[in-house]
Amino acid sequence: MNMDQPLLKATKIDKIFPGVVALDKVDFTLKAGEVHALLGENGAGKSTLIKCLTGAYHRDGGDILLNGETISPRDTLDAQGLGIGTVYQEVNLLGNLTVAENMMIGRQPKKWGMVQTKQMNRQTKEILNQYGLDIDVAQLLSTYSVAIQQIIAIARAVDLSGKVLILDEPTASLDAKEVQMLFGVIRKLKQKNIGIIFISHFLDQVFEISDTITVLRNGRLIESVTTVDISSIDLVTMMLGYELGEETKLKEHDGVERETLVEFCNFGHKQLIEPFYLAIGKGEVVGFAGLLGSGRTETAETLFGVTPHDSGSATFKNENINLSSPRAAIANGFGFCPEDRKTDGIIADLSVRENIILALQAQRGWANPLPKSEQDEICKKYIKALDIRPTDAEKPIRLLSGGNQQKVILARWLATNPEFLILDEPTRGIDVGAHAEIIRLIENLCEDGMSLLVISSELDELVAYSHRIIVVRDHEHIAELVGSEITTNNIVEAIAADLNVDNGQYELKGVIS
Amino acid sequence: MMKSRYLPLIATCLIFVLAYALCYWQFPNMLSTRVVGNLLTDNAFLGIAAVGMTFVILSGGIDLSIGSVIAFTGVFIAVVLKETSLHPLVVFGLVLVITAIFGGIMGAIIHYLEMPPFVVTLAGMFLARGIAFVISTDSVPVKHEFYTFLQDSFYRLPGGGRITVIGAAMLVVFFVGIIIAHRTRFGTNVFALGGGIPTSKLMGVPVAKTTIGIYAISGFLAGLAGITFSLYTSAGYSLAAVGVELDAIAAVVIGGALLTGGSGFIAGTLIGVLIMGLIQTYIIFDGTLSSWWTKIVIGILLFAFILMQKGLLLAASAQKK
Amino acid sequence: MNSLKRYAPQLTTLAIVLLLNYLVFPDFFKIEIANGKLYGTLIDVLNRGAPVALLCVGMTLVIATKGIDLSVGAVMAICGAVAASTVDSGGGVFMALSLALLAGLICGVWNGLLVSVLNIQPIIATLILMVAGRGIAQLITEGAILTFNDEGLIFVGSGSIFSIPMPILIWIAVGIIVTFIVRRTALGMLIESIGINQRASTFSGVNARVLLILVYMVSGLCAALAGTIAAADIRGADANNAGLWLELDAILAVVVGGTSLLGGRFTLIGSLIGAMIIQSINTGILLSGFPPEFNLIIKAAIIVIILVIQSPALQSKYIEYRDRREAEKPPADKENAS
Repeated sequence: MNMDQPLLKATKIDKIFPGVVALDKVDFTLKAGEVHALLGENGAGKSTLIKCLTGAYHRDGGDILLNGETISPRDTLDAQGLGIGTVYQEVNLLGNLTVAENMMIGRQPKKWGMVQTKQMNRQTKEILNQYGLDIDVAQLLSTYSVAIQQIIAIARAVDLSGKVLILDEPTASLDAKEVQMLFGVIRKLKQKNIGIIFISHFLDQVFEISDTITVLRNGRLIESVTTVDISSIDLVTMMLGYELGEETKLKEHDGVERETLVEFCNFGHKQLIEPFYLAIGKGEVVGFAGLLGSGRTETAETLFGVTPHDSGSATFKNENINLSSPRAAIANGFGFCPEDRKTDGIIADLSVRENIILALQAQRGWANPLPKSEQDEICKKYIKALDIRPTDAEKPIRLLSGGNQQKVILARWLATNPEFLILDEPTRGIDVGAHAEIIRLIENLCEDGMSLLVISSELDELVAYSHRIIVVRDHEHIAELVGSEITTNNIVEAIAADLNVDNGQYELKGVIS
Repeated sequence: MMKSRYLPLIATCLIFVLAYALCYWQFPNMLSTRVVGNLLTDNAFLGIAAVGMTFVILSGGIDLSIGSVIAFTGVFIAVVLKETSLHPLVVFGLVLVITAIFGGIMGAIIHYLEMPPFVVTLAGMFLARGIAFVISTDSVPVKHEFYTFLQDSFYRLPGGGRITVIGAAMLVVFFVGIIIAHRTRFGTNVFALGGGIPTSKLMGVPVAKTTIGIYAISGFLAGLAGITFSLYTSAGYSLAAVGVELDAIAAVVIGGALLTGGSGFIAGTLIGVLIMGLIQTYIIFDGTLSSWWTKIVIGILLFAFILMQKGLLLAASAQKK
Repeated sequence: MNSLKRYAPQLTTLAIVLLLNYLVFPDFFKIEIANGKLYGTLIDVLNRGAPVALLCVGMTLVIATKGIDLSVGAVMAICGAVAASTVDSGGGVFMALSLALLAGLICGVWNGLLVSVLNIQPIIATLILMVAGRGIAQLITEGAILTFNDEGLIFVGSGSIFSIPMPILIWIAVGIIVTFIVRRTALGMLIESIGINQRASTFSGVNARVLLILVYMVSGLCAALAGTIAAADIRGADANNAGLWLELDAILAVVVGGTSLLGGRFTLIGSLIGAMIIQSINTGILLSGFPPEFNLIIKAAIIVIILVIQSPALQSKYIEYRDRREAEKPPADKENAS
């Protein structure tokens, strides 16, 4: 066998979902003994590519070669049999079984039909010892920390597959020490010539552990580079997808002294976001920039009472307000368009009309219904203003396209006449036309005096409409850009700042739970 | 933390011991082999059915058809013995095959049509009871020398107590149940399903086979409970054993199993059944208390155990954060 | 017209069942007035169906929130017992009714608190009262069937106004009132939104906790009425048998009526038609001379058929099949679509 032959080679992988091209002729090559990081924002196609490799999805085009042989895994179990094992972020093991049972399920040693527990425990212990783990394997898995569960999951995947190991966001809920423990395991596996695909949104970790980096964006391969050859700024640029040097509309610091509408002091949540100070003026748009998992959505959810803050306080027009639940936030004139439309936004089986009036109706209470004529009027107004299609308000919202669903959710909040509106990735996953409309809408709303907090990974957009930009990293607000400082370059530099990429020995300084 | 897995079981045992001590304190006669023997005999059919229910609940399901299957079994045996000259053992074998297949079919429907076990077994409950009605609406007495033989066989304990055939059968079923649940691959798979079906699937657990197996076991044991009931009452009656499924569920929960699945002990169910039997025995001994207190006390115990499980889950997740 | 179309499957089923009844019993539709009261088999169906019809009003709302209420049968027994013991200890019919309703309300609040505040699965939460409820009812009746002679209370079960038996009036009135309330206020929509997506509803400011308690309260109240009627009908509270297994009939009626057990969109009218379908089958089997034994088998068959139709697995297979057929259409169509 040729030593240079790649372990896993995927060429021109296509995957099409109704209305969306999730992967567009993506190439991917993994060598044995290599840690290959796969990067990209939400919707870039990372998980779709992984699912095509592990058989969870069936690719619509392209080839996958493992050790030079074409494979087409039917499902994840089949892929595992072929040698491709996967470990997911939420550990996909069973917390209610013992460690040993998790490791050996389906292949427990038995004698006369009875599981030989002692032998099973001994075997498990031997396997885990190779990973430097000396634990009581007869205990329930759930009694151990996520980090240890993660290593057990890796040990299991390697034991069952043994060629390729895919780690999907394995460090998302680990602290710095645990990350190092995990990296130790990864380095050991490298020596065993296992090819590792590492997905993470922590760039410092990627620089520390990976040999090669592949960046995807909008379902397309942007570039595959060796880690030592790339700077963090270039990497962030590739991920966020604006062209360096492209002239962006610079907003002059408008100099307007805005009266403060809401003010958050020392506001934070133990696990989600470090306490921060934030004041937003009337008619001001504050943009939030940061990579996935940086704490941007967490900030929004804490502000809106989805995960109530556990430190600090908030004032609205100089009066203390209660933000302990979405209801309380709404009562204070807040609105929130969540990032995940499907699980947090739309009520799939209800009509467009009902989805639009939901928040307003909830605010009025069940006993005080909006008259039908008023409902129709509101719907007509927003369907026209936001150009929602189809225009039939009685259609279930699930039948609408993503962009139109997004507009309906926007309409839901506009109908409540909020003074402060939080938009989390308002333009994600919607087509270009709707994109522009939503940006125009944001500008109009702010001209009308509404205060907005907009989270987006589209930097061009943020630069275009924000009066001020907060950069978030590692669950902390790390920088604030005002006026002429607001450029995509500055944002990228702030995100990538302090990432020491020259020797790959970056000190972990993240504040993760 | 480490012991929290066993906490519900320990609580169950503690409650049983305390309750028994209380009974003994008030009625010293209750601590006799006679009472213990009767406790086993009187609750034999419930215990056997509850073992099946434990498997179902451990896997995260529920089986509402148990009481109806017991009634069907009783009627079937009584009528077949009356109408034909088949030996009871042959009839027993036949009815066990029927009930196991009945359960297996329910399991298959639950798995392949992805329907909630609650509704599928509800249909099964109506169906089994309906068939029992169709076979006979009357209480059909069983008269067979083999029955008399079985009913008269017992092991005499010192102190005059008796371990009857059905009492012993229950203990054997519990023993076998413990082995299957805690010492076989199938048992681990049952727990795995209770931990989460999608994850189990990802880990390669044969979900279809296990689901069908679980409900087949439950059907089989409901059939065996029906045989036991028929020996206990010497009759088959289509209106018998109404609501036994509720008692079985209560016994399982009081036995320390998590009603949402994935955690529990077959042995706990035995204690659960005995606790329920003890309440009844106490009420009989007392003489002034009325039988409805049984239901109320069981309801309170249920509530307490559900709360305890909830609390344990909360404590566990709080500790991890 | 639109609503007729919406209930077409249920109405067709009902029509078929009624027609079959007519075929086996030509006098089925004959209605006469005797002693100032309507008599006839059809009236009997409406009358006997009252408890299930009442239960399924509350059950529909509970199921719409993705819940289930197993305790309604036991709650019927409790409330029947409360009503009976009130009149037996000298209270009037209004006192009896009020206390029965209060008992139902308390039961509902109990269930609602377990579900919404303690976050216990509805099936498990309501199981507690299902088990303990009959014991509580027996505690009230002290184990016996508590008979009574209070004319007022008996009137609730067997009296009539304008020749129409009281139970029929009650369930139709409750059906209309509750339908009116949920559809004329925003209650219906908010309940549906919780059942479809509780998380997104909470994000929009819907007070899921309060609404959940509310639906279980309505269910408790409906059970209280049903229990009072059942007791008044036999002039006694039977803690053992009142409402026995009626929770299952009510769930069945809701499902037959077209509300999915998975929550979301609900239809009270559909559920009430469902209740009548079930009662017509019961009566029909009795009339046909078929042994009533077959009743349960037929019920089981209905559940299986309806569930198979509603089965998510089959539905997704159907969608797959439909999509595949769409995909096989000539490419010209596809271009238009994109």
